[in-house]
Amino acid sequence: MIRFTDVSLEYSRGTSALRGIDLDIARREFVFLIGPSGAGKSTLLKCMYMDVRPSAGEVKVAGTSSRSATRSEIAKLRRKMGIIFQDFRLLEDRTVEQNVAFALEVIGTPRSAIPNKVNRVLTQVGLASKTTALPRELSGGEQQRVAIARALVNDPFVLIADEPTGNLDDRATRGIFQLLRDISASGTAVVMATHNLELVRRSEYRTIELNQGGIVYDSGDSTRAVAVRLLGEPTPTGEAVG
Amino acid sequence: MSLSVREAVVAFRRTPLLSILSITTIAFSLFAFGLFGLVVLNIRKALDTVEARVEIRAFAFDGTDAGSIANAASEIQRLPGVLGVVIITPEEALERAKADMGEFSDVFEASFLPTALEVQLQPGHRDPESVKRVANRLRSFEFIEDVRYGEDWITQLHRIRNIAGATGLVLGLAFAIVAMIIIGATIRMALLARAKEIAIMRLVGATDGFIRRPFLIEGAIKGICGGVVALGLTWVATQVIQHYLAFETVFFDARLAAIGVAAGALIGLLGSAASVNRQLRRV
Repeated sequence: MIRFTDVSLEYSRGTSALRGIDLDIARREFVFLIGPSGAGKSTLLKCMYMDVRPSAGEVKVAGTSSRSATRSEIAKLRRKMGIIFQDFRLLEDRTVEQNVAFALEVIGTPRSAIPNKVNRVLTQVGLASKTTALPRELSGGEQQRVAIARALVNDPFVLIADEPTGNLDDRATRGIFQLLRDISASGTAVVMATHNLELVRRSEYRTIELNQGGIVYDSGDSTRAVAVRLLGEPTPTGEAVG
Repeated sequence: MSLSVREAVVAFRRTPLLSILSITTIAFSLFAFGLFGLVVLNIRKALDTVEARVEIRAFAFDGTDAGSIANAASEIQRLPGVLGVVIITPEEALERAKADMGEFSDVFEASFLPTALEVQLQPGHRDPESVKRVANRLRSFEFIEDVRYGEDWITQLHRIRNIAGATGLVLGLAFAIVAMIIIGATIRMALLARAKEIAIMRLVGATDGFIRRPFLIEGAIKGICGGVVALGLTWVATQVIQHYLAFETVFFDARLAAIGVAAGALIGLLGSAASVNRQLRRV
């Protein structure tokens, strides 16, 4: 579903953001991306939703290649992906339901179909009673739930989450994580970049560790996992391995 | 499309001050353009009045028979651009001379004046080349002794008309470019103010065309509003000029006014398009 083939990304100033990334993510998979700040987690996610294109190699997502995709094809690809961030990225002057409906309106969903879809997804994330609230009237956890609802409303095949719990307290973090687990269980793949190693340790999901733009550990890649185990700590720590 | 229109209208409500500022600056650019347009229009109108008096007079030798003159008049009448040909007999010429110069009326005698052909030209055929062509045809008749049409005067008149037209075109283009730059800048401000919204649109899969549309509509609406305000200001200016300077001016007719507002819309659209395209490439 998502394939990185020898992907490298170098910015114009010569900074290397990703180096030789080979990666496969299957449907329904839940994948953690961990690593220190600047390791390349967000860049790797940006490559997935084609916000940046690699300088070398190829990213292929649901049949769309980073080498040949037009802007219009990228826009259409994103309609099948859900993307959430640490800072929620909600429209402050619109209510919860308007924020969610916005994702449907901008891709030309018929107006008559919007209310049902919005209600369904707001119920799924536990915000059915707050449809008319403005984002500033909600807690951080609730705002992230709105962002998740907006990401889910188009029934994506993958949910990309860049530090979704970074701004939340422990209780809200647990709630959001449980929601992401439920989403994964219902068949949507989840790729989540996080600094929260507690969440990673307590779950059984595939974990990929990045450092200086390269993959240094991948629990889903037996060869690499074994090599890392031979050289250092077997469990991901968020620190340099080796 | 309805969402794009709604977004464009909502943008006005969200940033009313910026929208009013945009419309005001566009209106003043177009107002300057409109004022100059009005000056050109009035110059052209004045020149048209003067040009309407352009005529060619051909004087026949004494003793030329009336039939030859009538044949020549008929032939000249059929030339392209000729409005009318009048044969002035010596007697008629005498009457005119007496009427024009009453105090010297005793000096003139009919036998002293030649038979003449007076040729009037249609509007659009009063340029030096057309006048000269008809004059040369008149000269080619053997019985024509002299042809007069104020060659220098017509050339000068035409030159003034061309200069006014060219200056109007150049200044009009300059003001249109200024208006476009202003609209582009205001749309860029609106884009920056809505950068977050655009980023979200991108994330959820909106195409460039969809993102662009509300801004183009916004630009066109601002252009139309600016055009209407400019038209109003120009009208007020003409009223003030007429009132205080007692100078009769001509205002734009409905067609020109509509063209002016449509030009405002086009300028708004082009200014937005340039700005949005540049900005979207960066996002």
